[in-house]
Amino acid sequence: MLDVKLIRQQFPIYDHNPNLVYLDTAASSLKPKNVIDVVDHYYSKLGVNVHRGVYGLSYEATDLYEAARTTVARFLNAKFEEIVFTRGTTASLNLVASSYQKQLKAGDEIITSELEHHSSVLPWMQVSKNTGAKLVYVPLNAEGRITVEAFKSVLTDQTKVVALTYVSNVMGYVTPIKEIIDLAHQKGAIVVVDAAQAAPHMKIDVTALNADFLAFSGHKILGPTGIGVLYGKKHLLNKMEPTEFGGDMVDQVELNGATWKDTPYRFEAGTPIISGAIGLGRAIEFIESIGFDEIHAHVHALHQYTLEKMKAIDGITVFNPTSETGIITFNVDFVHPHDAASIFDQNKVCLRAGHHCAQLITKWLKQLATLRATFYIYNDYEDADRFVESIQEAVRFFKAF
Amino acid sequence: MSSHLENLYRQVIMDHYKNPYNKGLVQDPTYFTVHLHNPSCGDDMTVQLKETNGVITDIKHQGTGCSICCSSASVMSITLKNHTKAEGLDIIQAYYHMLTNEHYDQKILNGDALAYHGVAQFPARIKCATLAWKAAEQALLHNKEE
Repeated sequence: MLDVKLIRQQFPIYDHNPNLVYLDTAASSLKPKNVIDVVDHYYSKLGVNVHRGVYGLSYEATDLYEAARTTVARFLNAKFEEIVFTRGTTASLNLVASSYQKQLKAGDEIITSELEHHSSVLPWMQVSKNTGAKLVYVPLNAEGRITVEAFKSVLTDQTKVVALTYVSNVMGYVTPIKEIIDLAHQKGAIVVVDAAQAAPHMKIDVTALNADFLAFSGHKILGPTGIGVLYGKKHLLNKMEPTEFGGDMVDQVELNGATWKDTPYRFEAGTPIISGAIGLGRAIEFIESIGFDEIHAHVHALHQYTLEKMKAIDGITVFNPTSETGIITFNVDFVHPHDAASIFDQNKVCLRAGHHCAQLITKWLKQLATLRATFYIYNDYEDADRFVESIQEAVRFFKAF
Repeated sequence: MSSHLENLYRQVIMDHYKNPYNKGLVQDPTYFTVHLHNPSCGDDMTVQLKETNGVITDIKHQGTGCSICCSSASVMSITLKNHTKAEGLDIIQAYYHMLTNEHYDQKILNGDALAYHGVAQFPARIKCATLAWKAAEQALLHNKEE
């Protein structure tokens, strides 16, 4: 059992907002003190560039930055040189798409789904326009899930890329990605996994999954904003052209050309996000110190408790009652989510209202927008109760008109 | 129930939401049409504005969104109708000022539009309350340029 009280003591935001009910972790998690401290340590004690300075401070900054890469590599069970630091999942997925498209041609097929976050589908939509490769959507089942059977129905000899989410940021479903990767590899296709929502909730082993590329963001797993990770198989990354050119990514520069460093550095042009990487490393250590079994058990219990209470409320619709990851997507019937959201806002219950950067699944649900609540390690049963009370209040309030 | 919320959702606002005035678009080239939407929340609003000799003689609207957004289109249409272009632009500015808690002249802005003063307590909702008004403003400014 997680001791939420003890956990909250490590999140300074609760000192400033003791009544905060934060249910928007799927958008961005809260940040623990040890992450804030290590970012502060870099800026106040080091504050210099990496990979360049021939002096002590720069060595120390470089050591911390590269130690964070080691931490991420261990976290994903990858090799050190397979971890590229980026701005976030969006930047990671765009990097793969814009570089890998040089290996695609008209007639090739790219499989994606309506469950995708915009950052997982739009880069490939652009690639499809640029190359003539065809964008193919996995048909979702009645619940809105990607199934292995449905994936088989769109997998062909022309499939070259599969770009799918590991955990949907709207429905919270876990994609059977291991089976999909195995099937895709039988056709010679590569698989790009959007793990932004998976990373905070489950152990990801890229070697066991045999994933070709996988991306996640720091700020969704207790780390700073502005840092993310692209994992890629070494031989694939070294075959890919960089998408940004400049300092630190280059090997030899001549008047008429240049050569690139090996991965990961060829994809990290310019001064990297040093403080972000160091903060992310610390965030991962924090999560590992709690453990995914504990995190899952806690989130699952809160999720089930809340769903049970929601079942008793007339006048709401939950779109994903079978979600595995503590994401509840719902609406108050006949009330626009932004109207309902102001009730939650008044009660200091932070949740998301809108299409969650996933317009395709919102349209699939035949909704203009939805409300979304997500649980994490700092949430407790009181949060769940206050959330449920706010739902009841929203139902009552709008019924009065 | 907090008074802020009661202020945000006044009966007058919910009445306009349920029974809007001037809703529905026309196929008439003498109306100037502006379509605006808010990609982050999905609110979507089309406003058609007709001017005759410098006077706003008709406004139509059609859209999807929250009650604040949809109702404010109805209120905008009855507030601006029969005013001159210059008066219309002044009224729109006064409305924006009311929503951001700045001084505005109640001689310029009056009627049902005042019900939206409660939006000032909900900064996240200002964009809902202004979408239709911004569309009307664009229509007026466009006509001004011609």
